[in-house]
Amino acid sequence: MELLVKNGFVYDPLNGIDGEKMDIAVKDGKIVEKVNERKAKKIDASGMLVMPGGVDIHSHIAGSKVNSGRLLRPEDHFKDFEPKTPITRSGVGYSVPSTFTTGYRYARMGYTTVMDPAMAPLEAKHTHEEFNDIPIIDKASYPLLGDWWFVLEYLREGRIEECARYVAWMITSTKGYAIKLVNPGGLETWGFGHNVRGLDDQVPYFCITPREIIRGLCKVNKLLNLPHTIHVHTNNLGKPGNYVTAVETMKCVEDLALENKPAIHITHCQFCAFKGDDWRTLESGSEDIANYVNGHSHATMDMGQVIFADTTTMTADGPFQFALYELSGNKWVNHDVETETSGGIVPFHYRRKSYVHAVQWSIGLELALLIRDPWKIFMTTDHPNGGPFIAYPKIIAWLMSRKARGATLKKVNPRARSRSLLPSIDRELGFCEIAIMTRAGQAKALGLKDKGHLGIGADADIAIYNVNPETTDPSRKYKSVRRAFKQAANTIKDGKIVVNDGEILKHVGGATMWLDVQTLEPIKITEEMKRKFKEYWTVEYENYPVTEHYLEVSRPITVKADV
Amino acid sequence: MPVVKAVTCPVCGSLCDDIELTIEDKEIVKVKNGCAMCESKFLNYNGKHRIRKPLIRKDGKLVKATLKEAVRKTAEILAEANYPILYGWSSTSCEATRVGLELAEEVGGVIDNTAVVCHGPSLLSVQEIGISSCTLGQIRHRADLVIYWGSDPWSAHPRHIERYTTFSEGRFERSEWRGYVAKIKASIGRKKIESVLRRLFLKKKPTVPSSYLEGRVCPTISREGRKLIVIDVRRTKSAEMADYFIQVEPNKDYELLQAFRALIRDQELDVDKVAGVPVEYLEEVSDAMVGCNFGALFFGVGLTMSRGKLRNIDAALSLVRDLNTRTKFIIMPMRGHFNVAGANTVSTWQTGYPYAVDFSLGYPRYNPGETSVVDVLMRKESDAALIVASDPVANFPRKAAEHLVENPLVVVDPHMNATAHMADVVLPSAFVGIEASGTAYRMDHVPLPLKRVAEPPRGVLPDEEILRRILSEVRKIKRKKQVAAEAQ
Repeated sequence: MELLVKNGFVYDPLNGIDGEKMDIAVKDGKIVEKVNERKAKKIDASGMLVMPGGVDIHSHIAGSKVNSGRLLRPEDHFKDFEPKTPITRSGVGYSVPSTFTTGYRYARMGYTTVMDPAMAPLEAKHTHEEFNDIPIIDKASYPLLGDWWFVLEYLREGRIEECARYVAWMITSTKGYAIKLVNPGGLETWGFGHNVRGLDDQVPYFCITPREIIRGLCKVNKLLNLPHTIHVHTNNLGKPGNYVTAVETMKCVEDLALENKPAIHITHCQFCAFKGDDWRTLESGSEDIANYVNGHSHATMDMGQVIFADTTTMTADGPFQFALYELSGNKWVNHDVETETSGGIVPFHYRRKSYVHAVQWSIGLELALLIRDPWKIFMTTDHPNGGPFIAYPKIIAWLMSRKARGATLKKVNPRARSRSLLPSIDRELGFCEIAIMTRAGQAKALGLKDKGHLGIGADADIAIYNVNPETTDPSRKYKSVRRAFKQAANTIKDGKIVVNDGEILKHVGGATMWLDVQTLEPIKITEEMKRKFKEYWTVEYENYPVTEHYLEVSRPITVKADV
Repeated sequence: MPVVKAVTCPVCGSLCDDIELTIEDKEIVKVKNGCAMCESKFLNYNGKHRIRKPLIRKDGKLVKATLKEAVRKTAEILAEANYPILYGWSSTSCEATRVGLELAEEVGGVIDNTAVVCHGPSLLSVQEIGISSCTLGQIRHRADLVIYWGSDPWSAHPRHIERYTTFSEGRFERSEWRGYVAKIKASIGRKKIESVLRRLFLKKKPTVPSSYLEGRVCPTISREGRKLIVIDVRRTKSAEMADYFIQVEPNKDYELLQAFRALIRDQELDVDKVAGVPVEYLEEVSDAMVGCNFGALFFGVGLTMSRGKLRNIDAALSLVRDLNTRTKFIIMPMRGHFNVAGANTVSTWQTGYPYAVDFSLGYPRYNPGETSVVDVLMRKESDAALIVASDPVANFPRKAAEHLVENPLVVVDPHMNATAHMADVVLPSAFVGIEASGTAYRMDHVPLPLKRVAEPPRGVLPDEEILRRILSEVRKIKRKKQVAAEAQ
């Protein structure tokens, strides 16, 4: 099918197009140079923004942890549900929406690619089964490898290449996309109910430190030529004073970066930008982090913005979740996974009137505004940890308008307001910068060649928003910007129009992207590995890998490794 | 003879996946590694109770029909019903449950799985308290204290202790198998001595120490290594092998749990006995709980379905949660059917709720007690039912079963069970995990693939395929109705 998006203001930062009025031609699911204008279906985008489909680098949308969150929170669903229509399936929200609803809601906002950042390798099949039930958007998932016994043991012995081969095997057999580290070392320590306190604290029984794990996996990442960097949730997350750990984490791989290329992605940075000795003296550490990031080119990060709402926190960081349970007294789920990782869930309500929550809200925005290069920091809420993804339009408004920030700042805790850096920041982002932070930059950081831009040959994932950049000043009319980003005028996925004015037109299945990491010699299951399998896991090695049968729409990406 | 390795056993929630089957002439002739239940299923599944042809009730009798007729009839029943029930799901694959949920949404019915009469209270309590849990391998590697409460793994999950808990070999904890063998030998020796003494003196039997009625109870409880505690209303097979057995009075689990909650906070109890157990013994056990490195509490239907139901589980979950401030402790329900966890999981990701989901308003509603199948039946609200891989007529309260069979009833099952005998349409299905592949979730939510190792009888389809056909037939009927309505 041919499609022509006419007369829109196109924002395509990866191809250097900044609000030019032009047509985008689509044929067979790809962007092409031109189509037969008489035959093609035309979409009139005059007076509207045309951007590549949104890309979300970090959003917990599927898998065992998310599903436990759904199970834990019926009260979250009662207030928010979507009935079945002749086209769509029914479902529920709010902070942990059911699978179908997740797909529809992302598509309605013009998002077409979402990465689930935490997959316990043993339970990878679950993530992929849920992916099959998330319609429209393309997905991928990062296996949690930072506390995997294989990694700890091989890194301790300095056998980087072998470690890399096992990591390659793991990524391919769990159909994963990147190496995810969560509180490296801390999760193994949590196995007996403890935690590591910093980068140089030893992991009990394994004689290895978080620093060694991070550096080791960074080297592995390079050996395997993976498209994304290591994706790191730092140690000490959610503790006052942890901005030091975040900066140290970035510093520790400084020498491993090549030719100004990123070597590390610090995820939901807001949660690790706390200054102060305890919750009462909590302050923003965003300036220190921003200064470091502005001076270095090897790190990217995402915001993890806090939204004032009732949400459900879920991370693989078991000890952090336990601390959050002790802090809040809310219900708590813990789920440790043998030899690999752990996880926890605690419902949480961010309140405007709470000093700590208001400071957190401020930190996220400060980071996004103080880091000068939008290619280094991306917009996320770490859904659902900072807030549900449906709040993205609000964040866009805050980033684009000083007035919008001021309106919210007026309502927050006064002590937090007086300490916030936001009043001193005049920067207001433009549509091009928003396009970078919500799609182009994320796609670039992920190494997704066909996503996040509208160049010829790219996937025809397009979002059209009903706001005119010539007549609308986002700084003043932030409400109409927010409205436009909440409901895309049109979302086009693989050349098909799937959303029109916020209404789903088609229920199409989105693809699951995964890395087929090809090592120099194909990895065979050795006797040693079989033995370890028997000792380490309670399942047989034949039943461990995710077969292609589990991926309804499979999109493998071949990667040639150097080992 | 071909040997199929790493087969997942479709019997209980332990979901052992190391079964080796020897196949000869397309039949399973030998089972290796399996327990008695596993062997019996793999070797006898194709017995005389097998249904081989679809059946439809005509003039009060079930007569053979073609698959097409049976599917058509089922679709008519479901499409015409106002408030149908779709029940079962725990002994089939997740793939089938997925289609079942779509079907339930299409016909606007109530979909519920067997958790409602089993671990439903556990799920309600998790929604109230949360749960500190892990995968079974974590227990194998780390647990030095294992408690089974209201559950008899030796009989109901025969390989649970050997594969995942006390008798398994972990990285940080050794297997207690040898200790157990020594204990058995000692007890045999003791019996021999007793019989010798009896013969020598020809007098009355010397008194045998019985559980905790004798001085200091259990020297083993404070020893190093893995300890096994069993808490139950009767001395089960599992209790025989435990280091420590507490016999709780029936229906008093809640009191005992709350007593433990007080004791682990170092509070003193003002009574001598709780639930029939002297407090000093409870103190010893609570010391063991607080003093362990990694404790695991497994609970069974003995806790969920005795008096108090979800309140018992509330107390158990809270106990474990509280223990986590002192040490590392986890809790896990002993799920019965091999894929009951999977049925809950699929239902949760599609609808947000684990069981008892009502689609009658076009979106998922959940209110156990109102939307759970037994309650719907007791209130006589449903007007048709589709039962997949379950036997409610044999298990439900009589009144519920009576209402179930009064209305049109369709059964999809490999067996001619009690419900199938009362049904209006019976659709034979292939055995999931033997004749049909799929996915099942272990009790700790680890997904495992089920293998197809044998051919189903001719013309017999897997649940998933049967449900797909019913769904497409229902949609056809609905479309016709719509067209007819528009024409008028």
